[in-house]
Parts: sequence; C-alpha cells; structure tokens
Amino acid sequence: MMLKLAVPSKGRLMEQTFDWFADRGVRLSRSGSDREYAGRVEGADNLTLVLLSAGEIPRELGAGRIDLGVTGTDLVREKLAGWRSIVTEIAPMGFGHADLILAVPAGWRDCEGLDDFAAIARDFRAAHGFRLRIATKYHRLVRAWLSAHEVADYQLVDSQGATEGTVANLTAEAIADITSSGETLRANHLKVLSGAPILQSQATLFASCTAPQAEVAAFIAQLGL
Amino acid sequence: MIPKRDKQAIGQRMLTAFRAAGAVEVAPDILLPADTLLDLYGEDIRARAYLTDDPLRGEVALRPDFTVPVVQMHMKGGAEPARYCYLGEVFRKQDPGETRPEHPRDNEYLQAGFELFSRDADADAEVFALFHNLLAPYGTQAVIGDMSLLMEAVRALPLPAPRRDALLHHIWRPRRFAALLARFSAPAIARHFAPTDAPFTGLRSEAEMQARLDRLASDADAAPLPGEWADRLTRLFAIRAAAPDAIADLRGLAAEMPAIGPAVDRLSARIAAIAARGIDPRALIFEASHGRHTMEYYDGFTFSFLARDHADWPPIASGGRYDAMTAMLGAGRAIPAIGGIIRPGLIAELESA
Repeated sequence: MMLKLAVPSKGRLMEQTFDWFADRGVRLSRSGSDREYAGRVEGADNLTLVLLSAGEIPRELGAGRIDLGVTGTDLVREKLAGWRSIVTEIAPMGFGHADLILAVPAGWRDCEGLDDFAAIARDFRAAHGFRLRIATKYHRLVRAWLSAHEVADYQLVDSQGATEGTVANLTAEAIADITSSGETLRANHLKVLSGAPILQSQATLFASCTAPQAEVAAFIAQLGL
Repeated sequence: MIPKRDKQAIGQRMLTAFRAAGAVEVAPDILLPADTLLDLYGEDIRARAYLTDDPLRGEVALRPDFTVPVVQMHMKGGAEPARYCYLGEVFRKQDPGETRPEHPRDNEYLQAGFELFSRDADADAEVFALFHNLLAPYGTQAVIGDMSLLMEAVRALPLPAPRRDALLHHIWRPRRFAALLARFSAPAIARHFAPTDAPFTGLRSEAEMQARLDRLASDADAAPLPGEWADRLTRLFAIRAAAPDAIADLRGLAAEMPAIGPAVDRLSARIAAIAARGIDPRALIFEASHGRHTMEYYDGFTFSFLARDHADWPPIASGGRYDAMTAMLGAGRAIPAIGGIIRPGLIAELESA
C-alpha cells in the first residue's frame, strides 16, 4: 500500500521539511513549476507526496485522506478535538518553533503573571460591565488553558490576523497568539505574561490513526526514527 | 437504545406530577439569545453550548438549560408566588480535550423541570420533597448542600474587604480559592512593579491600574489571617455526612465561628421541614462543598439525586436556590427562587435495566 505524505506547501516550513527528510535519506521536491502543488519523492518506494496548506493538514489527517503529515503541534491541538485518539506524534522535527502566549499591554506594569491577569479581568468586568476580551484564533486551546487555571472573567473574540493590533484598536484588551521572536508584540506595545506559555509548538511529523500501521512502521524505521 | 418516545412518556409523567403540585406548564424557545447566557456563564458556555449566528438576531444558542429563559419570562411580569414546569430538550456540547471518550455523553437530552418563585420559607422543603417523592421508586441517593453557609463562613473571616471579596468571588474555583487562602494566611509580601516607559494602550485606563496598585500597596500592610481560620474553613468544606450528623459537626464549628450560626440554624430548620414532609433526614447526605461543583448561579440550598449503581452517570436530578440570578436578570427586581430538573432519559435507563 502506498503511503500519502502531506507537507506544508510553501515558505521556510516547506524548505526545512524537505531538508529534514533529505537528512534521513528521502528527497522530496515539488514537481514542475513552483506554482504546482504536486510533489516528487526519491529514496522511498511506497510514498507519494502532496503539498497542502499547513492549516489544512490536521483536518486531512483526521479524515484519513492522508497517512502522514507535517504541521505544527499548535494546529493539531487546536483543530482536532481529542487529537490523541486521531493522530500519533511520530517525531518533533526541531524547527518551526513558536509559543502560543497570552500578551497584555506593556503599559500594564501591575500585570506580571496569570494571577495578576485574573485579578485585572475581575476588576475590568466590574468597571466596564463586560468581560475582558482576548483576541485569538486559538479558541479551544486558550479556553481550555484558562479553564484549567481557573480564570473566569474573560471572553474570547475571534481574530484571524493582525491580532497584535486589536488592543490599540480597542477591540480587545489582551491577545493570545503564536510568537517566535516577540518583535511584533513589542512593536505593538504588548508584553508576554511570565510563566509557561499556553503551548510550545514546533513542526512535527504526525501519522493518522487510520493509516496502514505496518507501512507506517516500516517508513519510520527507514527514516531511522 | 431506548426509543425517544419512551423517554418522552416518562417526561410526561414527571410533568403531570409537577402540574399536580400547582405548576403552570411553560414552553421556552429552543433558540435563545446568546448574550444573556454569555454574560451569566462566561466563556465556558462556548465550550458547552451550541452557538450559531442569525443574520438579524446576532449570536444565538441552542437552549443549554431552561432556568435562564424561565427566570427571564417570570421577571417580565409573572405574579408571585409562581410555580412553573416544563419538558423539552437541552443541548450540550462536549469538547473532549486531548482524548476522545469511549462513551461520549448525549449531546441532546430531555429535561423535566420545576421552578418556584416564592418568599415562603418552606419553599426549599417543598421543591426538595417533590423531587424526592418522584424519584423514590428508583432508590437514588440524595445529596444536599448549602452555598450560603460557605459564603457566610468566608464573610466571617477577619480580613480586609478586598481580600474577603476576592475569596467570595473565587468560591467556585477550588484551586484559585485555596491559593488565595494560603497567601492571605502568610505574611503579606510587598510587590514592586518595574516602571515602564511603554505607552498605555487599550481600554483599561491608567486610573484603573492605579486603583489596583493602591489596593496592592495597602494589602502589603494586611496582617496574616491566623492559621485557625484556614483550618476552620478546610474542616467546614470537608464535611460530608448523614444530615443529622453534619448538623452536629456544623454546630461544633459554629462554636468556633459564631457567624455561621444563623446559616446553620436555617439549614437545620430546612432539614426539619423536609423531615416534616415524611423524609428520613438520616438518608440524606449533606456535603458542604456540594454547590461548589454545580452551577455557579446557585447561592443557597442545592441538591442532587444520584443513581446508586452508576457512579459514572451525571445526577438523575439536580437543583438549587438561585436568588441572585433573579436580581441579575430582573432589571432592578428580585425574588427568591428555587428549581430543579430531572433527566427522563436516565430514568428510562433505570426502568429498562
């Protein structure tokens, strides 16, 4: 049986994925022009390659339309409810590092950690008559994390892009987003709460639980994992 | 698999009993405005209720429970005292987190409910006895609690008002509550915040921040709460015993914390009123922390009926007093209220076993 592998279709994530597999003896490349989303495989017999948006790879793994996929742990955990029952983490790949963090205005010098944040949220609700707003696209992860830490007086507002700008635009009081260097946060006068981030994410090779197990095991062995 | 019509039939039986107890049947909408629910339950409701959008009405929710629409309806002009009953589906989402459950819970199920809006001191016993008698054939275990007792105990702590209010606010969040209590029991640590030249952005104003900084500065002078108080609270929260034994334990605690005396008297009178309706108080378990695990809007008497042989089931029936919610939804008016629901689907399972 052929295994179908999906990797991110563009940018540094794609190149680093190609390098990671090349280091393990499997050469992946785009077939034809760099506008075409089909792929070529050398060095593995029963593998086909598709190029997909990293954000769609969790869904395709969950549906079993692909057997293996490279994407961020953040996307898998956000998009697949009960992800451990759906996919297996085969290998963290050591790149694409990013933290999902909670950030507040840098001017809030009374806000250092999550306990401060919880107290401020309570005050904010009493003063403004509505719950403090956190802009994010990671709704499930942020809600589960705040619930686990028993923070209650907040609400999430959806932001699919330019999330760091929402505070200055007065559409949110805080943000929860992925950051790697923190530069965009600083430029928007935001600071990250101290303590562990909501999630530390990196590019990871996943297998769908519906993939043929023997073939997956053989491929993992070939990669030397 | 029990057919839906069998569950409906059991629900109708409950409804008949509720009508016989003087209730008027009401039929709240299934599609409810989401804003009231969001305000009341917070972000958690998005994890538990099905929300969707209407182009004209905005965000709407599939009815996650009946209490909110029944209270809203009553506060719009119901006469008092009032008894309402209802039967219908509620819809609950279940986000499994990291692992999918082997036996997912039902996402839609029937509730048969009874709500009583009344200033009568006997209202708690009336509602509890009604549920108790309906469930008597199924050998359930009744567990009762009283949130007002816990809140009185927290109010009685010799603490500056901001510390006391913070504890009261977090009474439903056990770890945050425990962490605060531990912090207040230790010597206060003055906090120093590094100055920043970052511009102030967003809706929270500098005045709001200054108010919190002032509060923290005066908190640094607070004396630690003497250790016996945290110990008393811990002992109170841990009480779980047959109701008469629990009352005896509470009387013992009230000797050390006289402020809970009146709440213990009310509980004792309530249990006597329940006994006067022919229910053996020894068969009731009083669990001091019962209301901390149920709905946040319960602020007085709470109760659950549990299936004895199904520890993994949710309660067959549950309810409680929610006086504060009628004030929140009443636009200036408030009335004492208590209610509860039965799950006919679970009764059907018990009957078919």
